[in-house]
Amino acid sequence: MIQMTVNGQASSLNADPAMPLLWALREDLQLTGTKFGCGIALCGACTVHVDGQAVRSCATPLADAAGKKVITIEAVGKGRVGKAVQAAWAKVDVPQCGYCQSGQIMSAVALLSVKKNPSDADIDAAMSGNLCRCGTYNQIRAAIQDAARNLSKGA
Amino acid sequence: MTASILHPAPSRRDFLKAGGATGAALVVSFALPLGTPRVLAATAQGAFAPNAFLRITPDNRVTVVCGSSEMGQGVLTAIPMLVAEELDADWKLVRVEQAPSDTAFNNPVFGMQATGGSTTIRAFYTPMRQAGAAAREMLVAAAAQQWGVPAASLKTSASHVIGPKGKRLSYGQLVEAAAKEPVPKDPTLKKNADFKIIGQRTRRLDTPGKLNGSTLFGIDAQVPGMLVAVMARAPVHGAKPLKFDEAAARAVKGVQAVIAIPGGVAVLAGGYYAARQGRDALKVQWDLGAHADLSSAKIKQALNAAADAAGAVAKTSGDTDAALSAAATRLSATYEVPYLAHATMEPLNCLAWVKDGGVEIWAGTQSQGPAAGIIANVAGVPVANVKVNTMMLGGGFGRRFAPDFMIDATLLSKISGKPVKLIYTREDDMAAGFYRPASLVKFEGGLDAKGQPTALKARVASPSIMAGSGFMKIPDNGVDSFAVEGLADQPYGIANQHVAYGRAEPGPQVWFWRSVGHSQNAFFIESFIDEMAAAAKADPYQFRAKLLKDQPRELGVLKAAAQKAGWGKPLPKGRYRGIAVAESFGSFVAQVAEVSVAKDGTPRVHRVVAAVDCGLTVNPLTIERQVESAIVYGLSAALYGQISYKDGVVEQGNFHNYPVLRISEMPKVEVHILPSQEAPGGMGEPGTPPIAPAVCNAIFAATGVRVRSLPIDTRALTKA
Ligand code: FES
Ligand code: FES
Repeated sequence: MIQMTVNGQASSLNADPAMPLLWALREDLQLTGTKFGCGIALCGACTVHVDGQAVRSCATPLADAAGKKVITIEAVGKGRVGKAVQAAWAKVDVPQCGYCQSGQIMSAVALLSVKKNPSDADIDAAMSGNLCRCGTYNQIRAAIQDAARNLSKGA
Repeated sequence: MTASILHPAPSRRDFLKAGGATGAALVVSFALPLGTPRVLAATAQGAFAPNAFLRITPDNRVTVVCGSSEMGQGVLTAIPMLVAEELDADWKLVRVEQAPSDTAFNNPVFGMQATGGSTTIRAFYTPMRQAGAAAREMLVAAAAQQWGVPAASLKTSASHVIGPKGKRLSYGQLVEAAAKEPVPKDPTLKKNADFKIIGQRTRRLDTPGKLNGSTLFGIDAQVPGMLVAVMARAPVHGAKPLKFDEAAARAVKGVQAVIAIPGGVAVLAGGYYAARQGRDALKVQWDLGAHADLSSAKIKQALNAAADAAGAVAKTSGDTDAALSAAATRLSATYEVPYLAHATMEPLNCLAWVKDGGVEIWAGTQSQGPAAGIIANVAGVPVANVKVNTMMLGGGFGRRFAPDFMIDATLLSKISGKPVKLIYTREDDMAAGFYRPASLVKFEGGLDAKGQPTALKARVASPSIMAGSGFMKIPDNGVDSFAVEGLADQPYGIANQHVAYGRAEPGPQVWFWRSVGHSQNAFFIESFIDEMAAAAKADPYQFRAKLLKDQPRELGVLKAAAQKAGWGKPLPKGRYRGIAVAESFGSFVAQVAEVSVAKDGTPRVHRVVAAVDCGLTVNPLTIERQVESAIVYGLSAALYGQISYKDGVVEQGNFHNYPVLRISEMPKVEVHILPSQEAPGGMGEPGTPPIAPAVCNAIFAATGVRVRSLPIDTRALTKA
């Protein structure tokens, strides 16, 4: 049994500790908002927060999440930063196909949680691991900047 | 972002529900191709026929049912905009629903329910407006009867009929009465000048669910008792499993079945991880077949030979050989591009359930119509018993037009007797074929003493999409039109032209890839025209403009892009411009790229200015985004994209060796849409063709090195 807190709820999973967290979330906990894109930490589609850090859940064994707090796209909007990021994403109307966007949002929230006012270079560094085949990068950048402005206004 | 229209969020349920509303509703539908509109259902009790395009419920909500697949290109917003415009609907009350698979939703261009070729707006621009207009006329007629006034005296606005003395009835209030009205045969459409919704920058209806994880893509589909399959797929195209040892796979906890089908051996388990572990443990012996020694060198050889032998004439005018002999300046060049994978963000997947003499499919597919027939054959059931649930597509780019992944999932369900969700690993997806064809062209050009081009000869070689498609044939003239599009009909005024096609089939299955033949042919012709300009010592923009004097739309976008980009004006040190223009799918796009090249040869694209003439616009916001998206797609291919072969095996597997553009490499993009009253053009693809030549022409300006093959070889660009 592996115990962890997922989106604020205690979960115990009877699963192979080597199984990537991604599949525990998607299949065992039915949290399908977290996406499978590459399976080897190359695309960012599977990004979630483990104890506040953005991690690639496809390359995180379930054992590594044991005892920790996991937040996924389904609940990230409950936090102040997550809410601001989702609002900015809606305002800029970022998504196209949308498949990468859960991961993009999770990475953006992690960035804005530690850097209130990220520079372009900060955004490049934090977001370069999140691929978007639809090419929404300029909108992602604009939305991060918009969210940062709104967060600092509200602070 | 001014004038954007806000919208209510479509709920997750809306996407899952296939018809069957509760309460009274007005449903209007047309059997396409248009002609005789008919009301399919009047009031109440699940009176929905599945081929309804819109319904209005007593709560005054409008639900538009979209038969085209959403893969990011914005159809789930554009189709409702067309209906809502003529309906005079309050946009805030408009929702959208993905249609079930049904011939009522056939795309008139294809004659089948499918999404591709940048056709959705072109095909549905009038029919969807007619659907809205017919409903509006019926609502007006119902109100006229209720008030005892002539229909002509009534107006509509924001989902209400407005009568004399400030009388108002909402559409919702009129639902039951309107359903009894006859359907107008030929509803009157608005004048363009009266549009309130068409032409407005409009946020997407499908955004909300894409921000909180609730949107369901194909990979998210599930039914009780479902197994997940991961397949050991042919390591070489066309290889067949000979025998396999399943013991190790079976030993993986959770594995429930191992099944061989023509394309490989699948391991079925309760979840992906076990299936994947099982697949990796499986030992399969393959009959490698005819392509076991395929290599990139062999592909190049085959293309070269086919270009030399190219005999199928796609275009000929004047006497090209004579004009070449007479030319004051002659140039020749060979260009080539590799096979390309689509690499959609969502790896291929499909949930299939063969049961009770029928099949139910859940998939992100661009071709639910034709796929249903194929699936029926595979499962041995009547096509009427095949139901395809179109899920959101995590990218399509043409790849999801192919039925291969749905066929395999159907077979696995049929054999196992269980619902099966087949999931491709990224590596499976990358190596599965259905690539943009590799292509090679041999150009010869001639200019007169004044530097005016007089002759253009092109012998182009590639595998044939038509021949391999399963639903098309190469016509009698031997020319696969996809192989020469953009080349045989290139726009420059050159008196003597000869374009011939030579088919080469090195092996890999080829397919439609965003902008199809234009994706390579624009690179070919726009680079070679640049070479001609250089040979004439002319400015590349002026040179083009002169040759396009009889092509007003190409010239229009060329001029606009040059002007907005500040063509001819100084740039920051180390930056250079390149320009290219191309028509495809009824739209015209010119791009100016600003590029610098680092000492180690790495090009950096700083800014792209695009000018677009796509006729009448439906949603300019989508157009801007599609052009930007298409630029990124083409830029990834130009900089990095290639599928190469060694000993029959694809050398790329994941994003480390099939890199795509990252945010840190993203240029600034400006999209300028030219006002136009022409019929709407396609918009999902036309942004892709010009980017590779615009960038490579800028690289020539920067380094003097002419890039003649893609992806760009940075070693060739290192500064001397
Ligand atoms: S799926 Fe985890 S990084 Fe790509
Ligand atoms: S929105 Fe489609 S991959 Fe990013």
